[in-house]
Amino acid sequence: MGAIRSRLRGFTTAALVLGLVLGAAACSAEDDKSGDGKTTVTIQWFGSPGFDQAIKDFQAANPDIVVKSENRGQLKDFQPLLVQWLATGSSQLGDVIMLEEGTLLEFLQEPSKWANLLDLGAASLKDTYLPYKWENGFTADKSKLVGLGTDIGGLAMCYRSDLFAKAKLPTDRESVSKLWPTWEAYEQQGLKFKAANTGATWIDSATSIMQPYIMQNSDTWFYDRSNNFILDSNPKVREAYDYGLKLAGEGLTSKLVRWTPDWDAAFKNAAFATVPCAAWGTGVISERAGDAGKGKWDIATIPGGSGNWGGSYLAIPEQSKKKDAAYKLLTYLTGKAGHLAEFKEKGGMPSSIPALDDPAFADAKNEYFSNAPVGRIFGASVKTLKPIYLGPKHQQLWETILEPAMQAAEKGSLGADAAFTKAVTDGKKLATG
Amino acid sequence: MTAPPGAVAKPRRRPGSATPYLYVAPFFVLFAAFGLFPLIYTAWVSLRDWRLVGGDRGFVGLDNYTEVLTDARFWNALGNTFGLFIVATVPQLLIALWLANLLNRKLRLQTAFRMGVLLPNITSVAAVGIVFGFIFADRYGLVNWLLDLIGADVVEWRASRRTAWFAISVMVDWRWIGYNALIYLAAMQAIPRDLYESAALDGASRARQFWRLTVPMIQPTILFTIIISTIGGMQLFTEPLLFNYGRIEGGPLNEYQTIAMYIYQRTFRGNTEYGYGAAMSWLLFAIIIAFALVNFYLVRRTVRGSSK
Repeated sequence: MGAIRSRLRGFTTAALVLGLVLGAAACSAEDDKSGDGKTTVTIQWFGSPGFDQAIKDFQAANPDIVVKSENRGQLKDFQPLLVQWLATGSSQLGDVIMLEEGTLLEFLQEPSKWANLLDLGAASLKDTYLPYKWENGFTADKSKLVGLGTDIGGLAMCYRSDLFAKAKLPTDRESVSKLWPTWEAYEQQGLKFKAANTGATWIDSATSIMQPYIMQNSDTWFYDRSNNFILDSNPKVREAYDYGLKLAGEGLTSKLVRWTPDWDAAFKNAAFATVPCAAWGTGVISERAGDAGKGKWDIATIPGGSGNWGGSYLAIPEQSKKKDAAYKLLTYLTGKAGHLAEFKEKGGMPSSIPALDDPAFADAKNEYFSNAPVGRIFGASVKTLKPIYLGPKHQQLWETILEPAMQAAEKGSLGADAAFTKAVTDGKKLATG
Repeated sequence: MTAPPGAVAKPRRRPGSATPYLYVAPFFVLFAAFGLFPLIYTAWVSLRDWRLVGGDRGFVGLDNYTEVLTDARFWNALGNTFGLFIVATVPQLLIALWLANLLNRKLRLQTAFRMGVLLPNITSVAAVGIVFGFIFADRYGLVNWLLDLIGADVVEWRASRRTAWFAISVMVDWRWIGYNALIYLAAMQAIPRDLYESAALDGASRARQFWRLTVPMIQPTILFTIIISTIGGMQLFTEPLLFNYGRIEGGPLNEYQTIAMYIYQRTFRGNTEYGYGAAMSWLLFAIIIAFALVNFYLVRRTVRGSSK
């Protein structure tokens, strides 16, 4: 018993010491400058923006700044962390933060936690960005610029030419583009493809047509411009929803849930022939389909005309103590050189006009996609872009409410009307809460 | 460790000495900092309309609580939590009991088996979730591949409440059966051998010995595991979250969103309603206590009944 007691005593001491150490560690503030006078700037990003080479180049040009690049996984995992860090002023929060378009819109409603890039000298950059991208970084009263654009989505239709050949459809991108000037034509070709019994479906999921279809045909989605919730009365959204489910009803979709391992595996298994893709989507596809898919994928124009799908921004938290160094990094990554490096690495399309006009983008071909002229295809899709107003909670309304409801309807666990009604009810609560 | 009370020498310290308090202090200090303070703070927050993005909008009294009680999603999540608890815990404890009984016999490699059952428990729950996510994938999963191999219909695990609950329960049980089995085993080892010998002499079969002797003798331990499982089951979060590949809404129609997931969704996503999340947390706290007490009385009664 004596032994146990002394061991317990040892344990309490150890526990106490541990508690003190942990407490002390939590309190120790991070130094702004390390001993050698260099400033460390932390950038936090999600997905695959392709910052690696750009950061290396920046590092070489700015030896007095050390860049710490943190990969925070997927958007849906990063977003809640970001909210917690901002709310508590956590020291884990970096100096330059990548924000998805939808996420940025949410923060624009409560911009106090973010630095005004105009104060750091961003005003002069106005003409270097696509107007749509530049405007979207501002708060409603245009007094504060929170984010500068990295990539922009653009729109195209990626397709597997090997499956097209099997179904006796044309395979070269010019003829394929002519197959589907409209979404109705796209559906007709799908039925033809299905009749050929290739073992694959026409498209991965009914939900995949939502973003392209709505971005092309409407200038609003969940909100009107005064931030009223209009999902129940926005005719274009319902039209897209019904169109997607019609494809599903005709057996043209694989009924996959996007961004899941099943979806990833379906690319490898050549389970579907077409998928609408933004410029960043080319990287998504090549990562998943792997070497076996190289040269089998190609890119055609999308049915229904031009539009944009997604894209991201970089911003600086107000709490950052290294705003000047952070701003240097931010403007490098969102400038011409940064945009082009990111395009080369992961295929994200520049939103910077000089980068868009640069031959490195404009004449670029994508080897993986049978040498498709991606610069020309995606570049053309944003030239005549009509901006769409997304509103504060757009990303969550889509990801956690409308998309799941549509998936339920696609799989048949709920009727199309009932699922839409559920999305309206849940959405209204989120949007007005 | 239990010496008869009289045998312990009276402490020689003066009554006012602080030493004994110092010895127990670490627990109470840590509990106050990480248990009591958050509890009270959460209660205070639950009375306010407080957003993580957007800040504190002031005192609202019990509004958060009344809203929770009329929130269909809350009741849905509560139903899922209880459903998953029952589907997961009942087989889990029964299998653990059976496993402990097997391990209690003389076996070759006894220690290896006993330690082996604990292995799933020390595996990181995130790793378990990810691997099971692949095993129970709807289209290209391991289980569906096997089903297909033997000619059975594949199951879309996430498409219905029933199948999703089953898959999640398998995940939970895989992790916790061994842990509970070891606790039962420890209790079984404390039962004097001669009781079994006399029971065997009286002609009691192994099954009869198990139900009439073993189970009543380890009754306090069974109660303990039930309370621990109740607490764990009511707070179920990681398994259903990873089963749905990290999507907090728990299925297209929230078929397996547990209460902890819903609290997280309302607090850290959505409108980041800190106050509303705090109110739900307090209700969950109350529900756990009530449910644990109900379990306690029910189980004590049935286990006692079986010993008569």
